[in-house]
Amino acid sequence: MALDRWIALIFFLICGLYGYTAYFVMDVGLPPFMRNNPIWPSTFPKVLAILGMICSLVILFGFEKDEREPEAMDINYRRLTDYNLGQAILLITLMVLYAFSLRPVGFVASTMLFLIMGAATLGERRFFILIPVAAIAAGGVWYLVQEVLGIFLRPWPMAFGG
Amino acid sequence: MLEGLLVGLSTAFSISNILMVVGGCLIGTFIGMLPGLGPMSIIAIMIPVAIGIGDPSAALILLAGVYYGAIFGGSTSSILINAPGVASTVATSFDGYPLARQGKAGKALTVAAVSSFSGGTIGAILLLIFAPMLASVALLFHSAEYFALMVVGLSAIAAFAGSGQVFKALLMTILGLMMATVGEGALFPMARFTGGIMDLQSGFGFITLAMAMFALPEAIYLVLDPKRSQQEDGSSTGEIKELRITREEARAIIPVIGRQSVQGFLIGVLPGAGATIASFLGYAVERNIAPKEEQEQFGKGSVKGLAAPETANNAACTGSFVPLLTLGIPGSGTTAILLGALIALNVSPGPRLMIDNPDIFWAVIISMYLGNLVLLILNLPLIPYIAKILAVPRNYLIPFILFFTLMGAYIGQNNATELLILVGFGVIATILRFADYPLAPLLIGFILGRMLEDNFARAMQLYDGPGFLWERPMTASLLVLACLLIFLPAYRARRARLRAEGVADAD
Repeated sequence: MALDRWIALIFFLICGLYGYTAYFVMDVGLPPFMRNNPIWPSTFPKVLAILGMICSLVILFGFEKDEREPEAMDINYRRLTDYNLGQAILLITLMVLYAFSLRPVGFVASTMLFLIMGAATLGERRFFILIPVAAIAAGGVWYLVQEVLGIFLRPWPMAFGG
Repeated sequence: MLEGLLVGLSTAFSISNILMVVGGCLIGTFIGMLPGLGPMSIIAIMIPVAIGIGDPSAALILLAGVYYGAIFGGSTSSILINAPGVASTVATSFDGYPLARQGKAGKALTVAAVSSFSGGTIGAILLLIFAPMLASVALLFHSAEYFALMVVGLSAIAAFAGSGQVFKALLMTILGLMMATVGEGALFPMARFTGGIMDLQSGFGFITLAMAMFALPEAIYLVLDPKRSQQEDGSSTGEIKELRITREEARAIIPVIGRQSVQGFLIGVLPGAGATIASFLGYAVERNIAPKEEQEQFGKGSVKGLAAPETANNAACTGSFVPLLTLGIPGSGTTAILLGALIALNVSPGPRLMIDNPDIFWAVIISMYLGNLVLLILNLPLIPYIAKILAVPRNYLIPFILFFTLMGAYIGQNNATELLILVGFGVIATILRFADYPLAPLLIGFILGRMLEDNFARAMQLYDGPGFLWERPMTASLLVLACLLIFLPAYRARRARLRAEGVADAD
């Protein structure tokens, strides 16, 4: 089964779960005064769940024929290992680490680390250029956001009270 | 109307707003040239900045400038290195890249700049004429019609997705609508579908979702496939010479520009069509109506073949502002993001916009002329230098794209959970792209979801049930149109296939 139909199956299950919540769980907590309304919080989700399930079934069973040529620019997911999969996974991990480090480590240091490690992951080895570029970028963005636009951004590690 | 025009003129011609246009165009052009950052991502990145400005007209003027700049910037990279950073400039590379290979890169960029300028300007004039008309029609609309109209818009987006894609686009739209129901709504005093997670109480952030759907997958694609940001043979495009257009070439492209401005604008007005379809259709139409000997030139470096998609996509960009400003319905992913920005700035687009905030409405239209003019003035002399930015090494480019993507969601919220949601959805969006699911419908569904449900609920309450669906003629006919839009492409494809099979049998 092709990837798009697996995804359709997953969406079918998600729609089912969503529909189950809408049909059987949500209305339990409905206040009595709202029961006379023609529309309940669950009305619209109920419709959506049904429509979503129909659409995912149409894709799952392949009722709609796709007659297009695959584009040359597109990535063939069946040969994913031919691409730089490792780099991509590393970068995604870096992004998650970045999200966790922003608060405790502070904006400037974590951004510098993210940019340096990101570039290093992609194969950059000229650190004497990379480190100043990352420092200027991190400092510059912090200055722009905090000082020019006036949006608070914690610059230093939490321990410094920044 | 004249009064509003004058208010708009005075707003748009204030020094700060002119600076906004110039700044927006510059930012848009430079970021738009980077492969992978299309107008949608750039506008999403610029939104926190625009919201930070606070003044809605200035913010919208800035974003409109960014939009135009990004479209032009995208053309530049597709002409110079055959790397269309945006779908709407794919058609530009058909003839632009061959021209660049023949050493006529300068000429190609000039043709692109001039046709973009003409398309955008003619589009802005058409917008000036037609927007008020459409807005007065829109005033007749009630909740029921708004609901139906949004259904039409969403089905049009699915219907224009292309053969074999209609149900995928539809499913993505529905998922977007479902995601919009997460959190607390305006009409019901309870949180829905949060699963008890506090961070979901206010729903998904729209910038987070926009970044996750567009910028992040494109960046991951760039990492996966290094060839996307490089030229095929790795050589440089050589010197940029021969900037001027000859008189014959000018004569050849003027009618093309005239036709494609109008056609592009009209396609842009349709919800869901947008610049990509306008550019492809413009290219196809011009090729079909060209004389036989010129037809063979298409794809090998025809000036007409370059002018057509460039004019059409800029005119369509302008056209897509008509439904956004007058009906509050975004016709494309980009205008959907703009709509989100408007709502964040406390402006509700729709028929009342012209009456309640004439300064915003007209200033945006005036700034479109300015934007196009600024683009032309900026780009012609800058063309040789513009190409240099493409030389930013990939090792720097990608971490910076990722960083700006994350920043867009983090600034102003200081909430790291938002970043985790972004990365999670970004990975899902990448997998969806592998499987050829279109992502723009999801975002459009998400943004329209709240409004769609609110109007639906209001109409349900007024009519005490779903009676409005068939009792109001306009609602009913709009809903029938929505059904037709979804099923017509499938029907026509089926008929074409049957006919093709019949011909084969006869042979």
